[in-house]
Amino acid sequence: MVNKNSRPTSPHLQVYQLPLTGIISITHRMTGVMLSAGLIFFVYLLYAILAGADAYQALQVTLQFWLAKLIYWGFIYALFFHCCHGVRHLIWDTGIGFSRETLNRYAIIELAVSLVLTLIVFLFL
Amino acid sequence: MAEFTLPKNSTLIKGQTYKAADTATNIRKFEVYRWDPETAENPRIDVYEVDMDTCGPMVLDAILKIKNEIDSSLTFRRSCREGVCGSCAMNVNGKNTLVCTKAIDEYPDTIKIFPLPHMEVVKDLVPDMTHFYAQYASIKPWIETQTPAPSDTERLQSKEDREALDGLYECVLCACCSTSCPSYWWNGDRYLGPAVLLQAYRWLVDTRDENTGERLDELEDPFKLYRCHTIMNCTDTCPKGLNPAKAIAETKKLLVQRKLG
Repeated sequence: MVNKNSRPTSPHLQVYQLPLTGIISITHRMTGVMLSAGLIFFVYLLYAILAGADAYQALQVTLQFWLAKLIYWGFIYALFFHCCHGVRHLIWDTGIGFSRETLNRYAIIELAVSLVLTLIVFLFL
Repeated sequence: MAEFTLPKNSTLIKGQTYKAADTATNIRKFEVYRWDPETAENPRIDVYEVDMDTCGPMVLDAILKIKNEIDSSLTFRRSCREGVCGSCAMNVNGKNTLVCTKAIDEYPDTIKIFPLPHMEVVKDLVPDMTHFYAQYASIKPWIETQTPAPSDTERLQSKEDREALDGLYECVLCACCSTSCPSYWWNGDRYLGPAVLLQAYRWLVDTRDENTGERLDELEDPFKLYRCHTIMNCTDTCPKGLNPAKAIAETKKLLVQRKLG
């Protein structure tokens, strides 16, 4: 054994094909971080409302910009997705919903429900 | 800590291609991870063209054919060739499996074979399992009793008690699940991983075992057990169709139930 100390680490993320539940799991974590960061903007929004008509007007104009729209609708979808997967975690904690056959089905339901919830907000806003 | 890229000595380089004979008409390509501890070279991917007309149906058959007929230096573990020994666990086309029970026809096109992910490689497809086995030993995978054994019989179980072990006793400790788990990749030094936790649960629910309390004490740890974030790669990849994630959830439940008294 010439090179015992220089043994390589076998490829992991580089080769592994994450199943849908795995992709959703890491997305749940990433949306969690992004939603927390997004709260800073949410605080700014509240501040703008309090700071009077001019400040609110400036915010309104900014929010009409297409990129701003994309970001806040992304925020709303991420919020619902994060919430749906959170509910799935609560169900899992009771020991239900682990069967191999249902894993993908529930994952797709989760994604669909968060999309529907976003649409509902879109229609009523 | 989580390190998402491979260290310098582990990145892959291009290897050799072994062409099939011109007369072969039914060819499948196999890309295989190679690393030779005798050289200072980085791991490489060798490509083997295998004539399927003279090859058995399983991925292991192809690997054996490569070793016997094309390149005898290829190194891997195998024994029972029927999915009960757990030796031939590898990563094939992105999922961990026992190559002896996996048919070549289940994959389209090229088949890519790597050692179990995020493990120290001893040679080619052979990972170092020392730490995994040490973790297994740490959960005391044997019956522990306080009461004296009955003098005239074994410690008996009812049919229902025995059934509680179904889906657990079949585990062959191939480590497919543990090495599929990102949590185990980043925290494998302290997190026990799905395979060992499924085994731990197997002893928690064995009615003949009388050390349940101490076993739970041992598991109640932010790293040993609670690094499981229900990512579900383990259940998805288990070549025996078992459900380590469910066993872990049941263990967490036992701990909560104990607290609630």
